[in-house]
Amino acid sequence: MRSFNLNAVLWSVTTILIMVALYLVFAWVPTEATMGIVQRIFYFHVPSAWVAFLSFFVVFVSSILYLAKRNIKWDTLAYCSAEIGVVFTSLALISGAIWAKPTWLSWFPWEDPRLTTTLVLWLIYVGYLLVRNYSTTYQAPRFAAVIGIAGFLDVPIIYLSVIWWRSAHPIVFRPSSDAGIAPSMLLTLMVSLVAFTMLYVVLMRLVLSIRRAELEVEELKTRIQD
Amino acid sequence: MLEKMKNFTQDVVTLLWKDLLAEFRTKEITISILVFALLTIVIFNFAFTPDPARVGLIAPGVLWVAFSFSGVLGLNRTFVIEKERGGLQGLVLCPVEREALFLGKAAGTFIFMCIMEMIILPVFSILLNLPVFMPGLLAIAFLSNIGFVAMGTLFSAIAVNTRARDFMLPLLFFPAIIPLLVFAVKGSSMVISGEPWSDVMGWLWKIAAFDVVYLVVSTLVFEFVLEE
Amino acid sequence: MALNPDGDRRSPLDYAVKVEGLTKFYGPLRVLRGLNLELKRGEFLVIFGANGSGKSTLTRILSTLSRPSSGRVFVEGLDLEKQAQQIRQRIGVLLHNSLLYNELSVYENLKFYGRMFHVPDLQERIKETVAQVGMESRLRQRVGTLSHGMQKRVSIARALLHDPGLLLFDEPETGLDFDALRALMGIIREPSGRKRSAIITTHNIEQGFEWASHIAILDKGQIQFMKDKKEIDASSFLNTYQSVVC
Repeated sequence: MRSFNLNAVLWSVTTILIMVALYLVFAWVPTEATMGIVQRIFYFHVPSAWVAFLSFFVVFVSSILYLAKRNIKWDTLAYCSAEIGVVFTSLALISGAIWAKPTWLSWFPWEDPRLTTTLVLWLIYVGYLLVRNYSTTYQAPRFAAVIGIAGFLDVPIIYLSVIWWRSAHPIVFRPSSDAGIAPSMLLTLMVSLVAFTMLYVVLMRLVLSIRRAELEVEELKTRIQD
Repeated sequence: MLEKMKNFTQDVVTLLWKDLLAEFRTKEITISILVFALLTIVIFNFAFTPDPARVGLIAPGVLWVAFSFSGVLGLNRTFVIEKERGGLQGLVLCPVEREALFLGKAAGTFIFMCIMEMIILPVFSILLNLPVFMPGLLAIAFLSNIGFVAMGTLFSAIAVNTRARDFMLPLLFFPAIIPLLVFAVKGSSMVISGEPWSDVMGWLWKIAAFDVVYLVVSTLVFEFVLEE
Repeated sequence: MALNPDGDRRSPLDYAVKVEGLTKFYGPLRVLRGLNLELKRGEFLVIFGANGSGKSTLTRILSTLSRPSSGRVFVEGLDLEKQAQQIRQRIGVLLHNSLLYNELSVYENLKFYGRMFHVPDLQERIKETVAQVGMESRLRQRVGTLSHGMQKRVSIARALLHDPGLLLFDEPETGLDFDALRALMGIIREPSGRKRSAIITTHNIEQGFEWASHIAILDKGQIQFMKDKKEIDASSFLNTYQSVVC
């Protein structure tokens, strides 16, 4: 009974937050001076990217814990976070491209270290999921954990390398998230961030329960065969 | 303590000796990566017909794509030859540190790649009409090889255990090796356009940093890949 | 110093192998369930079992290739979880795979493994073991050119090179020709200065009976039966085996 209530609470809170965020983004926050209406995507793009990196961080920590403790629950956590992470990374990439095209006249500005790193992150995630798929059920958690660790450690290195790569061409267009952001925009961004984070949490709970059910079915199947 | 270090080094050398000896007999790895690198360069020359003015722009990229693709081929072979006769089990059963197994394998691939690069570089220069003697490129190549095999040996050991072992390695490896590629290409392009060595050194340091990080990380997690 | 588990009077040091509650999962599949086993030094245990009973899994765990899911395993008095490296030095393993490198000669293969196992007086040892398996004439031949049976003999030499106290042979009779089988039997029966023990898994009941000092049956992930060979009536054993397994 208790966990049912918790789920209901989480889902309601998330839904409310999302509705508030939608209102803020589309109705309340003023249009940005230089970029126009399309800038509103920023309020979806940044939180998507944030959740993408958060998910991968969870994969990283769970992978270490799995290799250390060998408890399958850590692997379950890693797997679910990776699945959700791929989705949010894709969203971040798509929203990033939609924003970039009218703003910087290019679907994919390679100079932007954030977008490029997100693309490579997506590739590493996909590699993580494919390794799981192409290994035996028994080896998959171990191999995936190694990829989860080695891959995550690479992310900051990739970010830096992209910055150094294009240092000859200074990054003229920076996303306006760091300097001089209007307070109303900041508020909208914050609400959006919290809404997306809550979305991550509820989706994780959902995917985790599905995955656990899957594992239980597998176990029951083999027990029947005995 | 000193005894342990002596044993450790000896074990790495023994494994390296075994791989070099086997390779010397078959020449399987060195020849295939050599030919593959050559083919890649040739194909690129048809794909992008460079005029003399532009050659300097695409040359570093072509070179490093050739080295990476053939390097991946070499990395793949490193563990496939072990898998064939249950060799990996044979290695795991030896009373040597798992780290020594890792370094021994990585060292072998490192040497094969160095040999390939020493031969390919002059050929590359001739084909693209660049100065033939560019030791800077060799230095960058050798230094990058360290990080390349450090990360590659780890991923290769995983990939060889999956169903799709041929494409699993490039899939896992190429996204992760991007920083190294960036550093190597930038450094190479500076060497080719004749920039001062002090500038090139900047890139060498970055490559070295990458090497160190992945030598440490891969050596540490390798044992988890070896279990059954 | 080996620990003394469960207040047992005899420390694991007295046993060649001591296994308590060994369980092994492959994903959701439970292959070994709380397996218990004790083997004293000098004993030759032959384990019979149907395919999929867990024989290979047991061998793999005892040879440190695979990790137990739970349970405690002591080999030659050493704890498998903490002292795997030392265990490897003390065991000689024979698997389905030859573990040999085809492009290298018999001599080079043995030299490689001898060095990895830090075998002293390696040249001498190689000559000895190669003579034991009757492959002296083929020392410089590439392993890839040898017949299957000969490769198996070289594998045996490889397993004996470092003079291990415990032999772990997984279905050694597969792929062996008559000569090799004879060589194998000779080695197993060979009296050595110190007590050598062995665990051999096999399908071949006749051969198994010849080699063994003790017989066990592995079924449904546990040792269902283990006795000194002298206490077993060979003719009725077949019935026992079938009743346990089916």
